Amino acid sequence: MSFPWARQYQPATGLTKWLDEKLPVPRLVYNAVGAGYPVPRNLSYFWNFGVLAGFFLTLQIVTGIVLAMHYAANAQVAFATTEHIMRDINWGWLMRYAHANGASFFFIVVYIHIFRGLYYSSYKAPREMIWLLGVVIFLLMMATAFMGYVLPWGQMSFWGAKVITGLFGAIPLVGEPIQVWLLGGFAPDNAALNRFFSLHFLLPFVTLGVVIMHIWALHIPGSSNPTGVEVKSESDTVPFHPYYTAKDGFGLGIALIGYFALVFFLPNYLGHPDNYIEANPLSTPAHIVPEWYFWPFYAILRAFTSDFILPAKLWGVIAMFASILLWFFLPWLDKSPVRSGHYRPLFRKFFWFGLIPTMAVLFYCGGAPAEEPYVMLSQIATAYYFLHFLVILPIVSQIETPEPLPYSITEAVLHSDKKPVLGENTAPAV
Amino acid sequence: MSKLISARLIAILVGLGFVVVVLSAFVSGAYTVATEGMGEETAEHEFHKHPNDYPFAFEGPFGRWDVAQLQRGLTVYEQVCSACHSLKYVAFRNLEGLGYNEAQIKAYAASQTVPGIDPRTGEQTTRPGLPTDYFPSPYPNAVAAAAANNNAIPPDLSLITKARHDGVNYVASLLSGYQEVPAELQREFPDFTVPPGLHYNPYFPNLNLAMAPPLTATGQVTYDDGTEATIPQMAQDVAAFLAWTAEPTLVQRKQTGWPVLLFLVFATVLAYMSKKQIWAAVKPKKRD
Amino acid sequence: MADTTATMENSPKIEKDEGVRRRDFLDVAALSAAGIGGLAVVYPLISQMAPSKDVLAASTTEVDVSAIEVGQAIKAVFRKQPLFVRRLTPAEIAAAQAVPAGSLRDPQTLEERTKEGHLDMLVTMGVCTHLGCVPLGAAEGENKGEFGGYFCPCHGSHYDTAARIRKGPAPSNLEVPDYEFTSDTVIQVG
Repeated sequence: MSFPWARQYQPATGLTKWLDEKLPVPRLVYNAVGAGYPVPRNLSYFWNFGVLAGFFLTLQIVTGIVLAMHYAANAQVAFATTEHIMRDINWGWLMRYAHANGASFFFIVVYIHIFRGLYYSSYKAPREMIWLLGVVIFLLMMATAFMGYVLPWGQMSFWGAKVITGLFGAIPLVGEPIQVWLLGGFAPDNAALNRFFSLHFLLPFVTLGVVIMHIWALHIPGSSNPTGVEVKSESDTVPFHPYYTAKDGFGLGIALIGYFALVFFLPNYLGHPDNYIEANPLSTPAHIVPEWYFWPFYAILRAFTSDFILPAKLWGVIAMFASILLWFFLPWLDKSPVRSGHYRPLFRKFFWFGLIPTMAVLFYCGGAPAEEPYVMLSQIATAYYFLHFLVILPIVSQIETPEPLPYSITEAVLHSDKKPVLGENTAPAV
Repeated sequence: MSKLISARLIAILVGLGFVVVVLSAFVSGAYTVATEGMGEETAEHEFHKHPNDYPFAFEGPFGRWDVAQLQRGLTVYEQVCSACHSLKYVAFRNLEGLGYNEAQIKAYAASQTVPGIDPRTGEQTTRPGLPTDYFPSPYPNAVAAAAANNNAIPPDLSLITKARHDGVNYVASLLSGYQEVPAELQREFPDFTVPPGLHYNPYFPNLNLAMAPPLTATGQVTYDDGTEATIPQMAQDVAAFLAWTAEPTLVQRKQTGWPVLLFLVFATVLAYMSKKQIWAAVKPKKRD
Repeated sequence: MADTTATMENSPKIEKDEGVRRRDFLDVAALSAAGIGGLAVVYPLISQMAPSKDVLAASTTEVDVSAIEVGQAIKAVFRKQPLFVRRLTPAEIAAAQAVPAGSLRDPQTLEERTKEGHLDMLVTMGVCTHLGCVPLGAAEGENKGEFGGYFCPCHGSHYDTAARIRKGPAPSNLEVPDYEFTSDTVIQVG
């Protein structure tokens, strides 16, 4: 961390001094999430979600390793071993429900984290790399979650695998060979199940590696904050520990209450009943839908219903991938010098009245059957989605007159109980 | 700078491209709707009923099994359902959860015939069940099940209440919901027929169900506890039993949940107070 | 931990002792709660590796011993491990009884290792007590070792006709599992 007032690690005992010379892990921790990391003092609770995402990644890895001790990735027995976990393994039901709902909570937390980043433009210089790595993490999460959902080998597992690999079949010429190669067969079976299991085990550790780089990249410019004004002096910051460890501890408590309420009392609420029917290659469920966290992108996929030079199927696939990949370009699409949505009147309107309702509609339509009016609704929402990121954002950042910014974080915090002096007031951190 | 503008120009054009394509799909969809309407109303859509909400002891955050009801449900499964439906994820030893003791389970298992191998010849044969055996399936394989049931394979019931929306109520409603085709339906959809071999049931998604009404008369089974075996009683009892087979750990799950949540609330309150104390030193004061 | 950094603030310090103490107490309580929660999580994580319910339930085996002829042995399976059932010849019984139990590494008499009235029916696990290999000697023509019982080829342990360790590295006799005669010809193990 580059702030000159950052506290230095002082090993107190002989042992820690010795360790500091040989392998300075305590120093690393001290500088990463300890008192050696100065953080803007005005962070709101929206800044809790990064730590929460890290927690849920860890939780998924721990519960996943446990489940892998009992699960068998073979189409003959995969469904039965899942039931074996639920019925016979000591606390197996808890491990499985914790893992299944842990995935949902991981996505909830990460979606809030992403929308925090979008509203406060956390992707802007000097934090582009953090954002880019974040998008990579999100893509890895999606791949991991998809393959994990295949493992219980229920009806939704099977048909999900078939439909998603079918997306690659939309690629002209090479599509079908690619699909067959991905599955190792003509339909999902042992070969696909086994490789999905292998990759489902591998990818979380790849994700963990990218997460470490994400945090590393964060520590170079330091955390963003709700004003979007960069840290100017020591009075703008507090040490991460104890201030944000305490705040994150409280936030984690709240998140865990919600999470365990779901795990213990409504563990199947976010799942689909059809996945308790063993995979049957001869019968497709009436409504195949992916897990809820894929719904917005599934809605975009299904919105392209008519051919337009290219076949409709290919358009859907291109648009679905483009809808996420375009996030990679955000730092260069939005050139407004002001980061925080608090001081960007036009951007703010498009964010709250455009993007958020659009995402809500896409969420809803992605989970609904492919019938009218849902298809038409998702078409409008898809149009706005692309319009927002690729057209509105670049133009707004060009023409908008930002509201006056506070001089510093300290000023914003100290004037929080008065009417705006230099800028629109910001919510105090706590 | 001009480079950047042109890069953004490309983005705008790409964005508009997607918009044009998806809106063209919208227009053609809207045209179809305008000329042909939203699709015709179907009998399935209009006459399909959602399950009734029956009271079950295991529902709600403090739910407990009604062991007597589960035992009655086992009787119904054994005497009615097991003729066609397997229960392959449930072992006789699991009946411990229904309040039976070891000797009773042994006796119950021994009364059932399970597939076995003759230890001398290695040939397929049958033997009396052991507590470690699973409930035997009525058909040796899926082909036999399909052949015996007009191609409609009776599903395994172990997980049936988790494999349907609102599964417990669905099973109870379906089993007691067989009826004649309503006159109103015949009036509105004169073409609607119940194909031969199928049976009208408004709780089944497409209204025509291959399963013949399994519960047909009061007293069809005899309950050990003397409860009168009416059709709704049998339907609810077997639904409760199948909720247990679907998740034998359901009550344990809820019972574990309470201490965990109470502890978390306590710990979170502590964390909040601790956080408040820590932040008190740097919070802006009025005197500033 | 949390309390050591409190005094380094650039903002006004908390001066009153009482405040410090209350703050310490809260931090300690909050950290303890987190610690207790963490420990509670460890329990199911460890417990899940213990034998599952189906494994524990499958722990009895019935063996029909009527077909074993004198001097022969059969191998059965108990808890996924080999079980030796051997009908001893009078000579083997005599050989086993001739050895004073006190002189053995693991002192046991043949009577202690069989059921009353079934002195000729020796039921043992087929698991060498050294490192778990399956000893030879149960099947026809296998090396029975220097003492005419069982011989473990992995590290050279010799067992006598009562399956007691006589020579080699194994620390104790072949284990006699819990079993009972449910009839004259059937034993139930476990």
